Amino acid sequence: MSTYSNQDSAIIKMDQKYGWTGCILKIDLSNRSYEIIKPESEIYKKFIGGRGLAGCYLRPFCHLPWDSPEMPLLFFAGPLVDTESPASGKMTVMTVSPLTGTISDSSVGGNFGTELKRAGWDGIIITGRSRNLCGIKIQDSNVEFIGAENLRGKTVSAIFRSLPAEGGAAAAGPAAENGVLFSSIGFTGDYSPGRGGSGLVMHAKGLKFIHVKGSGSTAVHNSKDLGSARGDIMRLISASPALMGELGISESGTGALYDLIHSRRMMPTDNFRRTYFQDAGLLNAWHYKNKFNPVKTGCSGCHILCRKLSEDGRAIPEYETMSHFTALIGNSSIDLVMEANEICNETGMDPVSAASSIACYMEIKNLSITGVELIRLLTDIAYSKGDGDLLKPGSKKIAETLGRPDASMSVKGLELPAYDPRGAYGISLSYATSTHGGCHLQAYTVSHEILRKPAATERFTFTGKARIIKLAEDLNAVLDSLTVCRFIVIAAAIEEYAKVFNAVTGSGLSGQELLMAGERIFYNERLMNRIRGFSSSDDDLPSRFFKESGSSGDGITIPPIPRDEFLEARARYYRVRGLDSEGCPVREKCIELGLEWTD
Amino acid sequence: MDRLIKKYSRKLVSQKLCAEGVPVFGVLDDVTRWNSDADENEILDRVMRGLSINSILFAPAAEPYCSIIDYLAEYSTDINGQIRPDDTETRTFFHDIPVIKSFTSDEILSGLKKRKGVIIPGHGIVTYGTVTPEQAFVTFSSICFTTFVKFMSDYYYHFKGILRMKGSPEPVFNKAVRWYRDSLSAINSSPLINAPFKSGEDVIQAIIETGRLTVESGMVDSFFGNISVKYGNTIYISQTGSSLDELSGCIDPCPMDNSTTNAITASSEFSAHKSLYSLTERKSILHGHPKFSVIMSMLCDDILCANRGECHIKCSRKRYIEDVPVVPGEIGTGPDSLSRTMPSAMKGRGVIVWGHGLFTSGVEDFTDAYKNLVDIEKMCFEKYLSLVER
Repeated sequence: MSTYSNQDSAIIKMDQKYGWTGCILKIDLSNRSYEIIKPESEIYKKFIGGRGLAGCYLRPFCHLPWDSPEMPLLFFAGPLVDTESPASGKMTVMTVSPLTGTISDSSVGGNFGTELKRAGWDGIIITGRSRNLCGIKIQDSNVEFIGAENLRGKTVSAIFRSLPAEGGAAAAGPAAENGVLFSSIGFTGDYSPGRGGSGLVMHAKGLKFIHVKGSGSTAVHNSKDLGSARGDIMRLISASPALMGELGISESGTGALYDLIHSRRMMPTDNFRRTYFQDAGLLNAWHYKNKFNPVKTGCSGCHILCRKLSEDGRAIPEYETMSHFTALIGNSSIDLVMEANEICNETGMDPVSAASSIACYMEIKNLSITGVELIRLLTDIAYSKGDGDLLKPGSKKIAETLGRPDASMSVKGLELPAYDPRGAYGISLSYATSTHGGCHLQAYTVSHEILRKPAATERFTFTGKARIIKLAEDLNAVLDSLTVCRFIVIAAAIEEYAKVFNAVTGSGLSGQELLMAGERIFYNERLMNRIRGFSSSDDDLPSRFFKESGSSGDGITIPPIPRDEFLEARARYYRVRGLDSEGCPVREKCIELGLEWTD
Repeated sequence: MDRLIKKYSRKLVSQKLCAEGVPVFGVLDDVTRWNSDADENEILDRVMRGLSINSILFAPAAEPYCSIIDYLAEYSTDINGQIRPDDTETRTFFHDIPVIKSFTSDEILSGLKKRKGVIIPGHGIVTYGTVTPEQAFVTFSSICFTTFVKFMSDYYYHFKGILRMKGSPEPVFNKAVRWYRDSLSAINSSPLINAPFKSGEDVIQAIIETGRLTVESGMVDSFFGNISVKYGNTIYISQTGSSLDELSGCIDPCPMDNSTTNAITASSEFSAHKSLYSLTERKSILHGHPKFSVIMSMLCDDILCANRGECHIKCSRKRYIEDVPVVPGEIGTGPDSLSRTMPSAMKGRGVIVWGHGLFTSGVEDFTDAYKNLVDIEKMCFEKYLSLVER
């Protein structure tokens, strides 16, 4: 065990900025050392925090293989974390994805980001590789490296039980040890930055856990203005039926979407061969409520409390898990969904990729599986046994290995979440343009195509969607950098959060200026993907969606997506985004956005 | 998008918010498209490209809104050059409205960087949408509504000697009153699809019809408001962000026991509707924002009241306009939600929520609810006039 104390703690406090701590902890696991980075103000202005700042520090290493010791694994909180700003308890985990080869970022909730800020850090950059499994304990400015070989093979909750109860923690579970490409990092409170395999990157560094506990607080520039801006947002949140309505996610979690997506006939069923699941009515949020009598929980400082725990303390699945572990694989048992969710949480696997990999395998092998078989297969993936060893690289590689590449329902190798793209064309385009693959969250078109916020748009058209998606990607890049919950866009606009941002930091930026930062942050990610070899051929959907209809009915027709219209919309998107015709960033735009160009 | 800008240009005219042929609408995807070759296009194009938006609207408001807006812009801005209305819809969704001096891209940009719409006295209103031109239409309509309400409530306090309006508000006031009186006197409609309803489809048709009639009456703007029917154990209710005059495809059937969550897209007042149905035998609810019901709810002479400035959530008096109770309450489900105040107050023909709008209900269908909405608004109009008579 090696312990290093930070000798600069007094200086850090004196240098503390409003909103930001002004300090980033850079750790090299190869020699178990660390240093403190104090970014220039310009860096904060350009990249804000969270996802933006993480992308800034990933950029110099983005060309490296995901398992290179130099490849950073980044944990960054935003300037609003640990303040009275509504719904601002999140943080970002970023690296390069073992599953897709793209850059990979995920927003994660819980209390880790808050503890990190309280400890005096805006972010942690992990580099190097420990010869033996180790853990990191951070208590304010003290950083301690601890041997963790004794935790090998332990589940995520067992690792957390071995750590102090106070504070926040992150851990890589057994799935990462066994090389599952979609293994995730578990965070205390049953949170996970689910997608892309960051758990495997963590394990590749020989890092089993990080525990952080802070005793400070984040300085606010103008508390009165913050209170006023907070009041405006709280009223908007209260007025949002999707967030705070008695059927919204505060009451039912994201599972509230289950009935809605079902009724819109866009619930991915049988590996996206259909879009309507007959038994959905028996598997909705209401049934979870009745069966498990859940209690509300949520991220630090958030009053929406969208997470739900059963009476016996198990996590109620998120919408994507509810849907993919039922409709996608033909399961009609809630208990089985709960069990599958628990296996994913405990072993550290992304449930979306896990379910989708199983669905892909079932389609190729023409299988239907029982509950017992499902649990065994899921466990076998995590522990790399039997057919699980075949499934652990994710659906793209499974499908290629078995000679059916068309059966992988993924974009850039990332399995699609539980919104069939034939049911909303903005979603289809946003899957293609996302910088980390098949993800609905970067543009979150669900908000206007399904939830009618900030206003309803027509879901079966590409008209206008190119710019809408570009603007939404910029907006969400800002929110992920602040680091605010994505759901907030259902209620509040960037103008409201600009007031919060300025009250906290004293920066004086308008909402539009924040959106310019969002454009820079997103373009930087696009640039990193170009460096990694991605182009327009990767910005595409599985061919199934252009050839096969979904499940029409109840007056709703779900035809195949018109391929020519999709390609035209994508070309428009490239123009709006300032990319070339191959979807690649260009030097002039980089200069305009203040980004360094790399040939 | 061309279809949408034509549609909302038409709605601006049909709802008497501006004159035929004057709205300038632009939409931007990878290229800009305009509904007309107007002189303002070049400036508006620069504005649109300087903001993260996808549509822009400019139009001079029709009378009497035009005179009201110009009056308030000249005499009623705060220290930051903004008009600050007190009605709750504006407080919640728009906060305040910037006023700028000239029709230049720099000034318009500076205003729209702060808020969703900006007033240029002598020119008109510029608003925008981020995902659809409908947002630009809604903001335009809301600015007309909220400035009307602010002017009339200011005028009351001016008349009572509590507030001094500068300049000459009387001509503007007279013009607005004449216009509204003509508008009210033209209402002679009544819902035709009545109980007994034989199916959910009958219910939906009744909702669509009544929503349309309510907007056509000219009493309410189309976007804000909601409507429902309890049929069996299901509440059929308009969706959030739907327009009362376009409810086809925008009605959610929501079981009373919440056994499906489809209503995650239902009106933000779903809980208030449900609570009212649980407390009473009523079968229909109609909610809109008729102007003088809102104005009357905001008038209170107790200017030293400790709750002043927070009347919309804290008013503790038992207030009535004739027989119609006025209660505090905010939109949605927060601790000060109107769902905690309005339902229990619904004993007679309607309830007005402070600075927000009017709820009416019926025991079978919309016959009574619609009639009560019209009657209460007429009553509020006359009552207001009686308060400012010399």
